[in-house]
Amino acid sequence: MSAQRFGDADYDGPLLEVEDLTTYFETGRGLVRAVDHVSLTLERGQTLGVVGESGSGKTVLSRSIMNLLPRHGVERSGSVRFEGHDILSHSAKEMRPFWGAQMSMIFQDPMTSLNPVMKIGKQITEAIREHLDVTKDYANDLAEALLGSVRIPEPHQRMNEYPHQLSGGMRQRICIAVALACGPKLLFADEPTTALDVTVQAQVLDLIAKQQSERFMAMVLVTHDLGVVAGRADEIAVMYAGRVVERAPTTVLFSDMKMPYSEALLASIPKIDEHSHTRLATIPGRPPDLVNPPPGCKFAPRCPYVQEKCVDEEPPVRPGVEPGHEFRCWFPVGTPEGKEALERNQREGRIPQAAVSAAAPS
Amino acid sequence: MAGSGTVHLREGDALLRAEHLVVEFPLGHSGERVHAVSDVSLDILEGETLGLVGESGCGKTTAGRAIMQLPPPVSGSVTFDGVELTALHGEALRRQRPRLQMIFQDPISSLNPRRRIRDIVREGLDIWGLGDRSARDAKVDEVLEAVGIDPSNGQRRPHEFSGGQCQRISIARAVVTDPKLIICDEPVSALDVSVQAQILNLLEDMKRRYGLTVVFIAHDLAVVKNVSDRVLVMYLGKICEVGGPDDLYERPAHPYTAALLAAIPVPDPEVRPNSEKVLGGEVPSPIHPPSGCRFRSRCPKAQPKCVTDEPEVRLFAPNHYVACHYPLEEGEELDFARVGIGATMDAPPDEDGTSS
Repeated sequence: MSAQRFGDADYDGPLLEVEDLTTYFETGRGLVRAVDHVSLTLERGQTLGVVGESGSGKTVLSRSIMNLLPRHGVERSGSVRFEGHDILSHSAKEMRPFWGAQMSMIFQDPMTSLNPVMKIGKQITEAIREHLDVTKDYANDLAEALLGSVRIPEPHQRMNEYPHQLSGGMRQRICIAVALACGPKLLFADEPTTALDVTVQAQVLDLIAKQQSERFMAMVLVTHDLGVVAGRADEIAVMYAGRVVERAPTTVLFSDMKMPYSEALLASIPKIDEHSHTRLATIPGRPPDLVNPPPGCKFAPRCPYVQEKCVDEEPPVRPGVEPGHEFRCWFPVGTPEGKEALERNQREGRIPQAAVSAAAPS
Repeated sequence: MAGSGTVHLREGDALLRAEHLVVEFPLGHSGERVHAVSDVSLDILEGETLGLVGESGCGKTTAGRAIMQLPPPVSGSVTFDGVELTALHGEALRRQRPRLQMIFQDPISSLNPRRRIRDIVREGLDIWGLGDRSARDAKVDEVLEAVGIDPSNGQRRPHEFSGGQCQRISIARAVVTDPKLIICDEPVSALDVSVQAQILNLLEDMKRRYGLTVVFIAHDLAVVKNVSDRVLVMYLGKICEVGGPDDLYERPAHPYTAALLAAIPVPDPEVRPNSEKVLGGEVPSPIHPPSGCRFRSRCPKAQPKCVTDEPEVRLFAPNHYVACHYPLEEGEELDFARVGIGATMDAPPDEDGTSS
């Protein structure tokens, strides 16, 4: 499958350009600002890692880009350009040629994202027959080849089996096969390995990476685990409270982390080379309520660097030293002002408010 | 028997000593059985944390539940604080329950959504009639405070709390009856990394504060290393390796442990994941486990002896035991291109007989 088949031969800009995208949900309590003014670009064949805690808006972001949200009760604004076409206001009917064929998604839970009463073969050929003008036999052969390429043993037999006959890792491979069936140019992988064991996680991530390079496909890898994206993404966007709070090429992010939230997220992972019973660094409290987010920096109530300015004034997007590095912080990690802020807080015994009210329910 | 043996058990007074645990589940009326735990022995000293690790289906949860007698093991013995639990039934067994508590994986579904969290935490005290009314109230306040939940929120119901807070409530419920042993079954797998760190730290604090002994079941090796004093690696109902966390991670002797360690994603972009260093295949069916060493169908070091003879747990280094005929040498690299004996590329041979 050539990447150019549906291609706009003349278009040589970025594959995906998201500008100032907002996605608000109307609820009884008010507007939930799930995605708040997010901008990003993705070139062909590149991988963008989107990292954040639950409730940071990372899943809504990918669904909003793919236009997979309910029609009602959702407010979206900004622009999403896929190969130069603005698809933000497309209807479901207008999106159909894009879904599966141009962009597709692998979901978190392989147990529930397959149809339990449809044979595996049919779940794959369904998309192929929808988008490609091929015969049934050809679609079947293609599906079987796909199963082989995602390393499902005995693909011919598996075509006639149902999802419950396979293990979780095998089911996630089927989901990958379904997502890749029509040769999309952009793949969203939303926590593709969270439900899987470490060994299976490594197998599945390797498989996605291999398919990605063979197909020259771009990918948005959404996860809460910085460990998963560190070795696999070209660029990382850290999300917090619906915003991208830091964005940088992967190596730059790890060598020159500026946002206190990114630093805290990395510090809270238990490391395999630390001695046992090492006390883990934690982020006190919880992400803010997205109906009434704090007025200043959204991370201020939990931030060890917090100063009065952070509470009052939201920091703008600031460029880092390296190209492509941006962050939203008044007192960035590793800068003289950041160091001073941290020292002042330590000296004055000031701890973020959220640390005190960690126990308050939502 | 492969992966069986008791040499890793320690002399002297262990708080809990489980010997030759076997748990099997019948498969309908076919006469076949799921061999969930096959001859596993373990011991835990007072105040210790034992980490049980392995992939899904390795029997770690079943082993934990067999200790709790939920359900009792098919054979084997469980001695807890001098009492043989497998010999107890009915009321006598029930009397032991407050001293053994469990914390489950999914914090939200393990709390009754219709009850107030105060009542959830208090229930154990009410059942056992521990103390008078005001003493119970004071105890509930104390444990809620200890786990970082404001007791004034006790009238709320579980849905008003986040996953991490629900796990704190589960911990409060577990410690309220002053248990000696707590079995934590994947307590942080459903949580975000930031919340996971809070809960792991909290467990350490609670352990110290209430003098707990903990069995910590998890599939994440980094998490297990952080909390454990001793780690037991399981595969398909058998023990692979037992040792102190620092030794075991520094110098894994069992190829399976080494493979698990190699699969952990490292939060460092300089360490590129290497697809050649990933263990292939999946855990075979526990209905027809491979003969000999159960890991041989995926083991890069498998030899003919591994098909015929089951390795016993034996001493590898001081306080470090392994059940393998060919343990890894110092600095030896596994050749992951080799896929074991009796394995096709991805399907263990035993799976075909059962799934088709």
